[in-house]
Amino acid sequence: MYTFSNRLRLFAIISFVLGAIMVGLSFYYTPANVPEMKAMHAAHDAHGGHGSAAHADASHSDDKTSHHDAHENAHAADKSHGDKAHASDGGHHKSQADIDKHHLQQLQNKPWAAVYVAAFFFMMIALGVLAFYAIQRAAQAGWSPLLFRVMEGIGAYIIPGTIIIIALIVLSFPSLHLNHLFHWMDPELVKEGGEHYDKLTAGKSGWLNTTGFLVRAIIYSTIWIVYSILSRRFSVRQDNSNDNSNFKKNFRLAAVFLVLFLISESMMSWDWIMSFDHHWFSTLFGWYVFASMFVSGITVIALITIYLKSRGYLEYVNDSHLHDLAKFMFGISIFWTYLWFSQFMLIWYSNIPEEVTYFITRIDDYTLPFFGMLGLNLIFPLLILMNSDFKRLNWIIVIAGIVILFGHYLDVFNMVMPATVGAQWSLGLAEVGAILLFLGLFIFVVFTALTKAPLMAKRNPFIEESKHFHY
Amino acid sequence: MSSKVIQAMYIDDDVLMAAVKKVRQENHHIEEVYTPFPVHGLDKAMGLAPTRLAITAFMYGCVGLSVAVTMMYYIMIVDWPQNIGGKPSFSFLENMPAFVPIMFEMTVFFAAHLMVITFYLRSKLWPFKEAENPDPRTTDDHFLMEVSVHGDEEELKALLLETGATEIKVTEKH
Repeated sequence: MYTFSNRLRLFAIISFVLGAIMVGLSFYYTPANVPEMKAMHAAHDAHGGHGSAAHADASHSDDKTSHHDAHENAHAADKSHGDKAHASDGGHHKSQADIDKHHLQQLQNKPWAAVYVAAFFFMMIALGVLAFYAIQRAAQAGWSPLLFRVMEGIGAYIIPGTIIIIALIVLSFPSLHLNHLFHWMDPELVKEGGEHYDKLTAGKSGWLNTTGFLVRAIIYSTIWIVYSILSRRFSVRQDNSNDNSNFKKNFRLAAVFLVLFLISESMMSWDWIMSFDHHWFSTLFGWYVFASMFVSGITVIALITIYLKSRGYLEYVNDSHLHDLAKFMFGISIFWTYLWFSQFMLIWYSNIPEEVTYFITRIDDYTLPFFGMLGLNLIFPLLILMNSDFKRLNWIIVIAGIVILFGHYLDVFNMVMPATVGAQWSLGLAEVGAILLFLGLFIFVVFTALTKAPLMAKRNPFIEESKHFHY
Repeated sequence: MSSKVIQAMYIDDDVLMAAVKKVRQENHHIEEVYTPFPVHGLDKAMGLAPTRLAITAFMYGCVGLSVAVTMMYYIMIVDWPQNIGGKPSFSFLENMPAFVPIMFEMTVFFAAHLMVITFYLRSKLWPFKEAENPDPRTTDDHFLMEVSVHGDEEELKALLLETGATEIKVTEKH
């Protein structure tokens, strides 16, 4: 049995509390109205501003660049919230008040979007692990049963993870007036004949409406949570049973789950990620999000396995198990890049205005995170994990794992931020705070779940093979 | 020095593995082992150095990538930068996404083919090459270990028989 070490528990709690304080402060520092926003910017500029280029772009001085400013804003507004003007009556002129309001909304979205990105990132790790676990079960893999309890432990985070996402979705409902994360939720956009009527969004309201959105979110979450609970239950029961009926049940359950998972995951990616850019669509988006969660999940399995092994808990886990996990990290990193490039290149090549705005906003306003994540998610793992000997070294896997995880955090960041905060992004108080907040929660939930059952699945029919696995 | 070798025949790969370990323990030099199929772990038991074929493949891949980049940079950007369907041909970077499929395929092509050719060269395989097999049965269901003879021939024979050899033949090395 694993006992949650006090130091790790303390680390998780400190991370959670520190993160909560940082996120709380970032909410506190968010301007409440336009005059306040302008006052904050004036104060900010007086301090000389930050060094970052993106920040300098986003900061606004009042007099000398006002023309440039307005142009920049209108440009950003046009890009991030689609072609509202084009859609309604063509050439709807934006007043300065409109621009300021838009700018304010982006700033107000910032802490919300930061929390959403981090919440989604950690939820997606748990979901990726569940998918990996189900595949191992359905494929009757002989090497991995020793790691099943680790995977089940990480999978347990799916319960708080999805509940937090659903809570964030409910908090985004326009009736609560808390944020403008999901712009399509704004009832003004679908009010026929209204000033802000948006034909494109109205046309999608059959799918993109708050009721359906919430109902679907609950359905996806239920599928994942039910699988995580049932598979865990059968797995633990198998330890003390006399036959393999629980193992067989888990096999069938995994097969059913994988079918439901692919459907629900794909639809989830339209709802929870793609709907931020509600004028844009991409057909391989579900796969793309899947690749991201899959590689992050496998990486976290490897990292937690290395941690537990170093604490002396996983007696039979050897270099070959790590080698296999590292091969998956390597292969799925390339798979992710393949999908990223397929999506990017097809849109870049055909350059259709209604699709290409998605990448133009990202390349213009998010140059470093957008291309930087390719370095983190492809080039670094490609070069470092290609060597067979390196895949057996703990420290190499830990370094590659941290780089991959940060890269995929940036990936989610790049998917969510451009449509919610536009050019106002930064990796500051809110973002780091949200990562710490959910990291603390994640570690706490996962390691608590690990203490609940022995770390080796005793009567698994493949456990002997797994113990003697070598490559 | 005589170039005499003893060829010992085995009919089971487990017996062969045990024999290889035993013979190496007794400090005899194993010239060659002929098997009808890959025997897992035989190279380790024989103490063969790991292959460097993967390293050559990586280098060939780098060559392929360089060839692809140079070729397309010269043709599409330097030599005749036409406007083809509005694609930006001002610099390599601006038009790079369109080149990636070719860069990828060339990398794979060079890595794969040159590695295979390297393999043929290093293992001396070509059409019309005369087969070096000492006994045709080793391509079907027998295993053959060739041990060079230095010193007492009878002692070595006894050792090989002890390890489970079914047939033993002493020949001059061709």
